[in-house]
Amino acid sequence: MSQQYEPVIGLEVHLELHLPQKMFCSCPAEFGGEPNTQVCPVCLGLPGSLPVVNREGVLATIRAGLSLGCEIATFTKFDRKNYYYPDIPKGYQISQYDLPLCRKGSLTIDVNGKSKVVGITRVHLEEDTGKLAHVDDRNESWVDLNRAGIALVEIVTEPDMHSAEEAVAYLKELKAILSYLNISDCNMEEGSLRCEPNISVRPVGTSTLGTKTEIKNLNSFKVVLQSVQHEIHRQSAALSRGEEVAQETRLWDEAGQKTVAMRGKETAQDYRYFPEPDIPPLEISKEEIETARASLPTPPKERRKALVEKGIPDYNAEIIVRSQGYADYFEACLSTYNEPHKVSNLLIGGFLQELNQRGISEEDIPIPPEHTATYCRLSEEGGIGKAARKQVLAALFDTGKDPESLVKELGVSQVEDQDEIGKMVDQVIAENEAIASQVRGGKTSAIMALVGQTMKLSKGRANPQIVQEILKKKLEG
Amino acid sequence: MSELWKLTSGDLHERFTSGAASAVEIVESHLDRADQVEAKIDAILTLDRDHVLAQAKALDAKREKGEPLGMLAGIPIGIKDNICTEGIKTTAGSRILESFVPPYNAHVIDKILAADGIIFAKTNLDEFAMGSSCENSAFKVTKNPWDLTRVPGGSSGGSAAAVAAGIVPLALGTDTGGSIRQPASFCGLVGMKPTYGRVSRYGALAFASSLDQIGPISKDVAGSARLLSVIAGKDPNDGTSIDQEVPDYREALEEEMFGLTLGLPKEYMSDSLPSSIREAVDDVVLTLEALGTSVRAIDLPHTEYAVATYYVVANSEASSNLARYDGMHYGHRTKAPIKNLAESFSRTRSEGFGDEVKRRIMTGTHALSSGYYDAYYLKALKVRRKIREDFETAFEDVDAVIAPTSPVTAFKIGEKIDDPLSMYLTDILTVAVNLAGLPALSLPVGFSGEGLPIGLQIIGQPFEEELLLTLAQGYQVETDHHKKWPQIP
Repeated sequence: MSQQYEPVIGLEVHLELHLPQKMFCSCPAEFGGEPNTQVCPVCLGLPGSLPVVNREGVLATIRAGLSLGCEIATFTKFDRKNYYYPDIPKGYQISQYDLPLCRKGSLTIDVNGKSKVVGITRVHLEEDTGKLAHVDDRNESWVDLNRAGIALVEIVTEPDMHSAEEAVAYLKELKAILSYLNISDCNMEEGSLRCEPNISVRPVGTSTLGTKTEIKNLNSFKVVLQSVQHEIHRQSAALSRGEEVAQETRLWDEAGQKTVAMRGKETAQDYRYFPEPDIPPLEISKEEIETARASLPTPPKERRKALVEKGIPDYNAEIIVRSQGYADYFEACLSTYNEPHKVSNLLIGGFLQELNQRGISEEDIPIPPEHTATYCRLSEEGGIGKAARKQVLAALFDTGKDPESLVKELGVSQVEDQDEIGKMVDQVIAENEAIASQVRGGKTSAIMALVGQTMKLSKGRANPQIVQEILKKKLEG
Repeated sequence: MSELWKLTSGDLHERFTSGAASAVEIVESHLDRADQVEAKIDAILTLDRDHVLAQAKALDAKREKGEPLGMLAGIPIGIKDNICTEGIKTTAGSRILESFVPPYNAHVIDKILAADGIIFAKTNLDEFAMGSSCENSAFKVTKNPWDLTRVPGGSSGGSAAAVAAGIVPLALGTDTGGSIRQPASFCGLVGMKPTYGRVSRYGALAFASSLDQIGPISKDVAGSARLLSVIAGKDPNDGTSIDQEVPDYREALEEEMFGLTLGLPKEYMSDSLPSSIREAVDDVVLTLEALGTSVRAIDLPHTEYAVATYYVVANSEASSNLARYDGMHYGHRTKAPIKNLAESFSRTRSEGFGDEVKRRIMTGTHALSSGYYDAYYLKALKVRRKIREDFETAFEDVDAVIAPTSPVTAFKIGEKIDDPLSMYLTDILTVAVNLAGLPALSLPVGFSGEGLPIGLQIIGQPFEEELLLTLAQGYQVETDHHKKWPQIP
């Protein structure tokens, strides 16, 4: 029997704050833009320029810390992290070293039905770097400093996770909590939420930590899962062969579906941290902390629980609370049509599809919730023919009009009139005598073909149940 | 040739606003003076005659229209070349910024322009303000107008020499460890280092952020009071500038000093002090006592650690502040073929920085390094607190402290340049003030046997610049050292 290895995983997450301005100057902090257009002497690191703290960034970080159950420092400071790279124009990054804004928090995750607490070591505030663009065929590199100086929050966990699934569960829960704070886009693809797992493995039953590696460049939950799984496997295999794991930073190679070494000797880097002399130490008042605490939204976990208590399936609740705006929208729908389960089905089904297809954010839905609720009620209570539901929903998104007028305009209200349906049924029997005879002869299953023909004749408006009843009456006696 | 250049800043302002002289006449007199002496003094790095004349003409037009004129109207001002001037080269005396033209003005420059001051010239300095003699400039060695074989002091040596030679009546310097006061003392001028946070540092190229302050250099006390009134105050772009009301410092010149108690620190009056300096201080004490003050001996017991503490703190901060000069975004970049990024950084910096700057970056980097941080940087911060406490204790008994500005008068060019330690030790009487963040003013109090100016500094509590001005003005009313001009051969 070969040796079993237990993975030990900690996560570093960087969150780019979505504030109107950068952290230490008044440049706009927007994603994108022509290179080097959202810059000033401060974020360009020009000689003589000085940073000034944007208090909104401090407040946003405090809110992030509080939502993770952290202690908030009442006295804190910024430090300089010194290193050379073309994307940091000052030759140092303003960060926090020994006095982070927030410390000692935790986050509870659920994996395979089991609850687990992940310790949060620290949450601190720093500035983002610029971006390099390499032009391989010209052997050139260019620097874009639009991103330089944008407020960046770093959230570091204890090494408390022991599988890739736990790491991803943590990340999902963290993202949900953070997106509720409305302080960041939390977009992994665009890089406003970046995750760097630290991974080591050790023989099961031992407690000494093994040598860890860090993985960078992960831009989706899926890639986090794959890369951590791969790294656990790679390290375990190496140890089994009697090799050592090198302490290094690795990158996820999407094409090769494996992690590859990026740079080694991380321990050799001496950042020479020292207190940033251009920024006086910060004092955070108790009042400020309490104001921040009072501004915290109900966290996703509690909202999910409340939804489940209303009789909504776990799965539906999970999707709805993923975004605070969507959860709010759901609640708003219920005040018009109080059928939680039915509304939740719509919101995780056709409605969500429309949002996704149209590229509409769940935080920014253009349809009044009353309309969505009315649409749901009409669909459920037979006010809209089944076949027309998708059409009405699309029209709702196209026009924003109320669903009752839309049903009238489109002429898609459901036909339930016995006589009207009876006439259509008669016509279908006459045109499909062969099938009708089979039904009369006892092959009852053939009746569905006639139902389908009648629906087609009604252009989908006939109530299919009534159609079936009348057909039965006429053919089976 | 008009002798307008000989007037004090206050008299020039008066001549201009009263219509007795035009701004063009004033700057032409100073341009002529520059033509006459600059080749011997080498105080200036950039002087754009057209730009100077254009400013003067605009001011004359403004006066013509009867528009209100600012406190500096009609006064040509020299700017130390580590203070950013939009559209005008700002080199910090370094090869690495030899052709750097800032796209923005330092806060103090905007204030000067708003007060109708004339930006006359950018003045020479020790590279990145690191030095006590102006010999560390990458471009030229400035000479002391009182003796062309001697240094003007540093690092604001260009500003001091320009004022002493009559090229400008007022100038800006920066003082990190004495860089305004020491050259003022070597050149027979008034130089003031304001309280840390009194003047915005925005746009002054940082040497040591926690010590740097911008301040005025002038022939008379009134000139410094005038310029300080304009440049002082909270700046939203400098988080370390302090929001405290700015008085018209000229009013302090009218105040009485009668009844004030002054302290003379024993540690600043060591036996090794030259007798000319010692005698000058004794004379000052007599004059001040005659003006109604009492002078007593005080202790500043941590003085002996000030130079060591200063060089650890200043160089540590400098090693980080100068990291941005890596050739990636602006300034000099090596033209040598390079194999990788690290080589580009190191060659650029090797070529761009002078020896003294390299020495300080190296020692500062070492002091911040893992394993040495506690023994150097952290220890220095602790001693710094002790030095500040020394002053706090002293100010319980005295209103201000007086001491020689420098333990020596202007030394010979080349005399100390190869002996960094003896050069550093000339800062022994000025650095503690910066470590403690206090305001201090140096003023001329006599001449040595060789005819070299001697300076005395008055050190006050935070934000008591007015008291320093009152004392200095009281002294100048009674004396005429500040009225003398050097004979430039």
